[in-house]
Amino acid sequence: MEPRQLAAAAMLATLAALAALPFFGEKFTVQLFTKILIMAIFAMSLDLLIGFTGLVSFGHAAFFGVAGYILALLTPQYEAANLWTSLPIAVAGSALAALAIGLLVLRTAGLYFIMVTLAFAQMLFFLFHDTKIAGGADGIYVYVRPAAEILGWKPFDLENFVHLYLVVLALFVLVFLLLRVVLASLFGRVIEGIRVNEHRMRSLGYPTFRYKLACFVLAGALAGLAGYLSAIQFGFVNPDMLGWHLSGEVMMMVILGGMGTLIGPALGAAAMMLVEIAFQALPTVGSIDLGKHWQLFMGSFIVLVVLFLPHGLLGLLARVGAVREGGDG
Amino acid sequence: MDFGTFLIQLLNGIQYGLLLFLVASGLTLVFGIMGVINLAHGSFYMIGAYLAWSLSAYFGNLWAAIASGVVLTVLLGMFLEWLLIKKLYARDHLYQVLLTYGLILVFEEMRSVIWGDDVHGVQTPGVLSASLPLTDTLSYPVYRLWISAVCLALAVGMYVLIQHTRIGMMIRAGATNRDMVQSLGLNIQLVYRVVFALGIALAAFAGMIAAPVSSVFPGMGNQVLIICFVVVVIGGIGSVKGAMVAALLIGLVDTFGKVVELQIGEIKLLPELAGMTVYLLMAAVLLWRPEGIFGRRT
Amino acid sequence: MNGERNPGAGRRKFLQESAALGGAAALAGIMPSIALAQGAGKIKIGLMLPYTGTYAQLGVAITNGFKLAVQEAGGKLGGREVEYATVDDESEPAKAADNANKIVNRDKVDVLVGTVHSGVQMGMVKIARETGILHIIPNAGLGAATTQLCAPNIFRTSFANAQTTYPMGQVMAKKGHKTAVSITWRYAAGEEMVAGFKDSFTKGGGKVVKELWLPFPNVEFQALLTEIASLKPDAVFAFFAGGGAAKFLKDYQAAGLKGKIPLYGSGFLTDGILEAVGNAADGVETTLHYGDGIDTARDKAFRLAYAKTYKLNPDVYAVQGYDAGLLLAAGLKAVKGDIGKKKEIIAAMEKAQIDSPRGKWTMSKGHNPVQDFYLRKVVGQENKVVSVAMKALDYPPAALCKMSR
Repeated sequence: MEPRQLAAAAMLATLAALAALPFFGEKFTVQLFTKILIMAIFAMSLDLLIGFTGLVSFGHAAFFGVAGYILALLTPQYEAANLWTSLPIAVAGSALAALAIGLLVLRTAGLYFIMVTLAFAQMLFFLFHDTKIAGGADGIYVYVRPAAEILGWKPFDLENFVHLYLVVLALFVLVFLLLRVVLASLFGRVIEGIRVNEHRMRSLGYPTFRYKLACFVLAGALAGLAGYLSAIQFGFVNPDMLGWHLSGEVMMMVILGGMGTLIGPALGAAAMMLVEIAFQALPTVGSIDLGKHWQLFMGSFIVLVVLFLPHGLLGLLARVGAVREGGDG
Repeated sequence: MDFGTFLIQLLNGIQYGLLLFLVASGLTLVFGIMGVINLAHGSFYMIGAYLAWSLSAYFGNLWAAIASGVVLTVLLGMFLEWLLIKKLYARDHLYQVLLTYGLILVFEEMRSVIWGDDVHGVQTPGVLSASLPLTDTLSYPVYRLWISAVCLALAVGMYVLIQHTRIGMMIRAGATNRDMVQSLGLNIQLVYRVVFALGIALAAFAGMIAAPVSSVFPGMGNQVLIICFVVVVIGGIGSVKGAMVAALLIGLVDTFGKVVELQIGEIKLLPELAGMTVYLLMAAVLLWRPEGIFGRRT
Repeated sequence: MNGERNPGAGRRKFLQESAALGGAAALAGIMPSIALAQGAGKIKIGLMLPYTGTYAQLGVAITNGFKLAVQEAGGKLGGREVEYATVDDESEPAKAADNANKIVNRDKVDVLVGTVHSGVQMGMVKIARETGILHIIPNAGLGAATTQLCAPNIFRTSFANAQTTYPMGQVMAKKGHKTAVSITWRYAAGEEMVAGFKDSFTKGGGKVVKELWLPFPNVEFQALLTEIASLKPDAVFAFFAGGGAAKFLKDYQAAGLKGKIPLYGSGFLTDGILEAVGNAADGVETTLHYGDGIDTARDKAFRLAYAKTYKLNPDVYAVQGYDAGLLLAAGLKAVKGDIGKKKEIIAAMEKAQIDSPRGKWTMSKGHNPVQDFYLRKVVGQENKVVSVAMKALDYPPAALCKMSR
């Protein structure tokens, strides 16, 4: 087989394995992978900014949280919201927030951009934290998951964890394909050009600000999709959904997997969550419970990844691949 | 609010602003001169406070604790620069953010291992423990005034150091043209190491002198970190003067945001949204000058 | 952020990406094995508490208390061995539902115990309501958990936020204070604490002339203390906790308000921080369901056993954890350890009278302790119990709980 065919086959096999997961995996495993796929969408959306456009946003959780809150506010207390209306509204809400914030933050670059995105996310955090718009600091429930009925026909039921998983998986694939198409288009090449040399693109006549803004809004909208799904999965939203810890964590997922790729962030999301579970399960050695101090290991892990794996797991694979290719030649 | 109360609130705002300046100045120096973003800056504020607590218990004296604490944090800073930070100079800001984000987790957990998770107090030194009566119910602690004076003195000292000394010249040259300095035979590596160490020592020093009024508790660094970012953004990266102006602005906005009542129709704005005021201030400044008040236009 | 790519590199990258995806899929096969094999015949108790971060100390105290209760019962509940699964909730509400789900569905615990932070508790209550798992709350005081959000399987062994401050308002009114200013953080717990105080203080003829709020977790109190000084109320009511409480007490003293305007508060204002504040808290009066010098044989025995086992002095959190253990023991004893008989366990827990170090207490209809509240005064390093401020208090009224059985 040609390498390209081989790769396509591997990808399809993976997809098939993921689709088959509910039929052999335990409930917890299915739920874990639901979460991983949601975070993978979130991480891919951030990579559109960091890896492809060169915009290091440290406030991406804001858009994740806004959509979650919109769902919570649209859901009547003991009834279901409608999926087909609430989903577009929530995603549009996040896109709108990204547009408003983007107009301001994209006036800055470099270090400023990092700090300003962080500060705006904090502003939204305090908006939900300090007011009674939606439960204040304690957060607010989404008691009933949105109903998927269209004209009396119900294609799936989100209260069923297998259905939810499959819907999330389908959306993950859709987002992946969407981003592939976008990045392969002229638009994709322009933002790539902006990342490499914005001056040159501007002198070539491209309105780079508008391109960056479009990117920021698209990324915000996709983060919103992830946040909406997360609110569905856990039935609960809270100001920390917009917090800087989550922004930092998703950034780590992007780097860990390998930025500037689409699979990288998804892989990073899975790896981060599994590593966290592994550190928390560390045993007690002597009188010290290592698992209790898992954050120490997590922090050190992050430092080591930054130092030795700047291109993430995919970069590592590339290096291994290069060595092997060299050996063959 | 009567005029007397207004004046006292003004004093409160300035005093808070000056302390913010002290923490943020280290951050802006490291940003401006080395081009490194250090998220763990707040952790050093916390480390400083815990050092003040444990060392003053050891020496029985806050001044000895501060003196030895500063030496310790300078050494820690030089060690960190040598071990980790110097590997980041050529790297994208993204990696700086992540590595120092990892350091926050490490420092916070190390704090838990070494010092535990308790809240501790540090005794105000005897000479400064008095209070000046302002009204029949309110008095102003001398120690707070002393903090302000120290912050001001350091601000002046920093200005003189950077503008009028040979070291300052090297630092300024390093900020504008790394290669030129190197070709002149100056040891840029050493300059950076010293600047980084000084930057975090400033944060730790702020934590130490604030410890008697703020207490010492887990997570105290994170509270300070974000607000310091806002200071640096508003003031302009690398500008000590900007940090001073921005810190004072934030001190005042934060103070009055909590006590002024503002209402439009039925909607109460202040003090309900006091948590948002400093961020709104930042947004306004960015609309006006995206590079901050005293930032260099790029 | 490296330069432009050539087509060959693109293809290689595509290959790597595919290979990586394959790896992720392989993990899917491994995952079920992470779910631990269940010990046969053992009762599995899930402890979801903060073990890192600001509340780590509270999580440890609760865990110690709980384990002490089990240990005193001979290491068995209802005749069955006990094993523990723990999850660090980090006091991180964003991860709350996920963590609760993890411990219920992965570790397959029989009982879920936790937690401290109200926001995290919201997520746990959600999972408990969905899965019907037996759930004991050993600290978080959000009122809704035992009123609007109450459920047959959810119990609390600590307090409701407003419950701890309701007695304080009455005490203050009885002392003849006519006006008061309240000061706290603007977050849900702060609002409930102030609401409880305000309710009884106004009933007693007092007036809250101003409610002062601070964005959480801001600790810059100076502006608000200046406000208090210019308002000159008869008394001040405050709720802060941990580091914020320590700083508030010191600032209150430094601003010269101490001794001029008497300070009262929720018990949490002065718990666990007295060493940190020196004499700044001297004379501050608070109400809580526990304190120093209760002076009963029961409390003394508990303190001795706790100190012996952990080389630490117990605090209110340890008592709450201990009582969670006693409550569960009472439930399981009634069914001889048959965890499947959930209805009977719940019925036994509802009827249980807990012989707690804090004094005997029972369950309200909403599953919140109906308990005595002590008026305490800070003397030296102790929250000395002065008197019983209110006996057998059920607040906020359990009638707010509409439980369907």
